[in-house]
Order: sequence, then structure tokens, then C-alpha cells
Amino acid sequence: MAEPSTPPPAAAATSGLAGLEERLFVFFDKRSRRRLVQGLLVLAAVSIPLVGDSYLLEILTNSFFYIVLCLGLNIVVGYAGLLDLGYAAFFAVGAYTTGILTSQFDWNFWLTIPAAVFFSIIAGVIIGGPTLRLRSDYLAIVTLGFGEITRIAARNLKELTGGASGLIGINRPSFFGLELNQIHHYYYVFFILVLLAVFVSFRLQHSRLGRAWQYVREDEDAAEAMGIDRVAVKLYAYVIGAVFAGVAGCFFAGKMTAISPETFQFMQSATILMAVVLGGMGKIPGMIVGALALILFPEIFREIGSVRMLVFGVVLVMMMIFRPQGIWPERRN
Amino acid sequence: MTILDIIIQQLTNGLILGSFYSLVALGYSMVYGIIKLLNFAHGDIYMVGAFVGFVILSFVSTLLGDGWLGILPSMILAMTAVGFLGVLIQRIAYRPLLSAPRLSILIVAVGVSLVLFNSVMVVTIGEYKAFPSGLGYEGITMGHVHITYTQMVMVGATAVLMIALHLFIAKTIYGKAMRAISIDMDACRLMGIDVNKIIALTFFVGSSLAAAAGVMAGVYYGSIHFFMGFVIGLKAFTSAVIGGIGSIPGAMLGGLLLGLLESFGTQLPWVGTEWKDVFAFGLLILLLVFKPTGILGRTEIERM
Repeated sequence: MAEPSTPPPAAAATSGLAGLEERLFVFFDKRSRRRLVQGLLVLAAVSIPLVGDSYLLEILTNSFFYIVLCLGLNIVVGYAGLLDLGYAAFFAVGAYTTGILTSQFDWNFWLTIPAAVFFSIIAGVIIGGPTLRLRSDYLAIVTLGFGEITRIAARNLKELTGGASGLIGINRPSFFGLELNQIHHYYYVFFILVLLAVFVSFRLQHSRLGRAWQYVREDEDAAEAMGIDRVAVKLYAYVIGAVFAGVAGCFFAGKMTAISPETFQFMQSATILMAVVLGGMGKIPGMIVGALALILFPEIFREIGSVRMLVFGVVLVMMMIFRPQGIWPERRN
Repeated sequence: MTILDIIIQQLTNGLILGSFYSLVALGYSMVYGIIKLLNFAHGDIYMVGAFVGFVILSFVSTLLGDGWLGILPSMILAMTAVGFLGVLIQRIAYRPLLSAPRLSILIVAVGVSLVLFNSVMVVTIGEYKAFPSGLGYEGITMGHVHITYTQMVMVGATAVLMIALHLFIAKTIYGKAMRAISIDMDACRLMGIDVNKIIALTFFVGSSLAAAAGVMAGVYYGSIHFFMGFVIGLKAFTSAVIGGIGSIPGAMLGGLLLGLLESFGTQLPWVGTEWKDVFAFGLLILLLVFKPTGILGRTEIERM
């Protein structure tokens, strides 16, 4: 089938919303303007704890945490075009690694991070290795199964994980003698994590590997014909995404000091996926917008409570049909 | 209990469980065969089927009683209603995206699944509902094993549905069209087959089979709740893969096999009931490593 040629920019700029979008793209085309806006945003984020109350900080810290998870899932879904429905499992792997090692083996919090990275990689290779050789739909359902396995294992391995009631008394991290126990400490910790995640995502996106992901996502067969090892490239995406979630999970466990298997239900994975789709798959600012929207929406509309996921489901379907590129799409020429 | 008793007991349990898996797996496999979509919402269709059956039976049982006389017409009504629901979902959510990238339609399927089970959750306030059937426990006792008539009727009903489906696919012109579309959709369009109509019909048949399984599960377990479709969706997918996804006899065989494996698996000392789901998913992963085409599946030849 012949692809319709891309419409000329003038035609795209005629309608209201598309015109605004186009003008925004043109505005941010200049590197100096982008840098200025980014600098202002960082400055604003750094100074919020000076003025905001603890409720606001709690919500923003939570949003930062979801931004990291979204950036991680974005590598799998956005960059490589693979559907992962068990992403919460990797977050569980990180959280439980930290939880078990600090509360039962008395490890230092910071030493558990490399351990969590190690276990996330192992889990990613076990799940991704066999399934990524097949059609990518299989990955979706196998990851769904893996999410369930992880949750059931966390519930059944009672000696290690505390069973259904979970683990309590996880050591809080301390930083050069300062125990991190205030909300603004965690605000900054998660903010630094976001900056790191954004930096890593950005560098990956513009690396050789990032271009390979894009190629595989757009046309797998052509990519393979060009000499890209598609299985290896997809596995990298899957494992790197797993590591993001694993590290985020460590800090989650450190902040909460208690974790239970029910935190890592399918709904958790679906929520993260929802934020990624909402923000616009493949775009770093989109992930930030998506995660913020996802956390702030239920805070603002408190009364919707139980119908929240129903609304998410409807929005997910509508987004894919009417605006598959998300709120903040990637500009494609 | 002797070894023989345990074998008979687990054989019965496995056949019942396998019947449910097979009926749901058929829908997965049919839809996958025809439009290459993993319909994540299919497990939730089964759940909705159980709830629709629950509502219909509540009304019908006042007229015809809560025995099989009331259950069978309720089941048929529920199958029809849920079949139309399947067609509606296909029309609204999947059809606009048939030519879009694969990822989009998979995400939509996840969205549909969220919509279905959250709607039921909101309506039922997340509570378990007791299924209003009044079947007794009469049956045949063999040694220490008691097999109820209900269990026999269920396995029988599953067999009837499967034979009917087989005849439909093999003998009717609609079945022929389905088989043709799964081979080459574009060629079918050129031959004058109304492809959209046949896809809708596939969703109707698949959804109504899942609804039949849902109603039977309600009768069998006695209670239903909004999350019951999630795990069975995964298991039915596993069954479809065991049999070879896209293959109709494969889905039937795979479901029965998984049901039996799971029942006997719970007898293994290191599996037990706590780990039975892990056992099934572990099986799926192993299968995908060693024989992704399943027992009756054909090797897929990728064409550029």
C-alpha cells in the first residue's frame, strides 16, 4: 500500500490545536530556548521545598517516582516498540531486594542498589531472552504472566518476603551520616533520580543503540537486513527498562520502609503504561507530563476514587484511536 | 485415599478446569487466527459472561426454577448477549486500528480489558456474588470419589459446544470464509467476501463461547467476582499456545491438557495449590523456549 505523502507544514498549521503544536515545535527548535526553559523548570523544582507544604512535597515526590518508572517503561514501549504488561514486577524485584537485604541481612541501603540491578538484569534476561525471539505480542502476555508469578512468589515465600502482609522495618538510607527521614530529603533524592533517568534516556535515545531501536520499531525486517541483531537490540531495551524499575524500587522501599505484594498488582503496571501512552511514547518530556497528569488527576478529582481505572481504560482506548502520538508527541519528518 | 482414587479425582477436576480453559482459549485462538490480535480483553469477556448469566438466571429462575431447566436457557441468552458485546467491542475499538501499528491495537486491547472489569467492579462494588443456581450434589460414587451430575453435564455441554463449533468451521460457508481470511485477508476481499462481517462473526462466536464458560464457572464454583477473568485469561492463552495458537483443535486440546496438568500438578509436593498458577506460567515460558508453535500449530513463515 502506498503511504500518503506527509502533508506540507502549512496544511498542518491551519487547524487550531495542530497549529499551536506546530508553533511550539518551532519555538523549541532553538537550543538556547530549550535550555532556558529546562533551566527554569529545574530551578522551580529545586526551590519548591522552600515554599511548599509536606502534602505538596509528598505528591511531587510520588510523581518523580512515577516519572522514573515511566522513563524506564518508555525505553521498552516507546523506543523499542515492545509491550510490557508486567513492568511492576521489576519494580517489585528492586523493592524486595532492598527490603530483604536491609531488614534481614543488615546490608547498607546503598549496597543493595547494585544487587537490585543485578537481579533486575537476571529477571529481564530470563523473561526477555526466550520470548523476544518470537512475535512481539508474545512478550506482552508473557510479561503479564511474569507479573503474576512475581506477586504470587512474594506472597508465598513467607520466610523471605513476609508473605501477604509484606516486609516492615526496612532501613532508611543515610547520606554521609544524615538519615533521610524527612519528606524534603526524599523530594531531592527522587528529583536527582529523575535527572539521572532523563540524562540516561536522552543519551540512549541518541546513541547507536537508540537508532537501532527506532529502526527495529519502524520496520523489523528491514532493520535485520541492515545487519541489526533484532533480538539482542530488543533484549537491551527490555533489560535497561528493568534496571530503571529495579533502581526506582530500591528507593521506593527505602522511602516507605514497608512493602507488600499488593503494591505490585497488574493495576500498577497498567497505570505506568497508561502514563506512557498518555504522555506520548518515545518522548522524554511526554513521560514527565504523563506521570504528572496521572498522579495529579486523582488528587484533584478526589471523588472519582473507584472509577479512576475505568476512566483510565476509556482514555487509553480513545487516545489510541484519536491521538496515538500522545499529549507530547515526537516530531517526525 | 488410594492412588486410583486420587487419579480419578484429579482426572475429573482436570476435565472440568480444562473445559473452561478450552472454551476461553477457543476465542483467543479464533481471533488470533483471523486478525493476528491477542485479545487481552477475552478473559474479561468470560467474566462479563458470568455476570450476565447471573442477572439473567436471577430473572429466569423465578419462572423455570434454578435447576438445569433454568440454567440452560439463561446460558444461551447470556451467550447471545455477550456475543453481541464482543461484536460491539470489535466495531468500536479494534476495527479502526486494524491497519495501525501492532502496538496500538495491543494497547487498545489492554484498555478494553480495564474498561470491562472496572465497570463490573464499580457496579458490584467489588463484592463476590453468590451464583443463584440450585443444583444438588447427587452423583455417582466410585470408591472414595464422588462425581456429581453437574460435573458430567458440564463436560458434556463443553463437548457439544466444541462439536458444534467444529461443524460450523468445517461445514458452513461462514466457517470456510473464516479459514480463508486467516490465510489471506486481502485475497478474500478481492473474492467478494465481506471481511468485516466475518471478523465480527468470529468475535461473536469467540465471545459467546467464553460466556458459556463463564456461566458454567459460576454454577460450578458458586460465586463470581470482577477479577475472575484475569487469571483464566492468562491460562487460556497458555492453553492456546500449548495447542498451537490459531489452531481450533489445538485450543481444545491445549485447554484440556493444561487443566489436567494443573490438577495433577497440585498433587506434586513442591507445587501444591499455592504455586499452581506459577506452575502454569512456568510451563508457558518453557513452551515458548522449546516449542513456540505448540502441538498442532503450523510454523509461521514470515513474508516481507
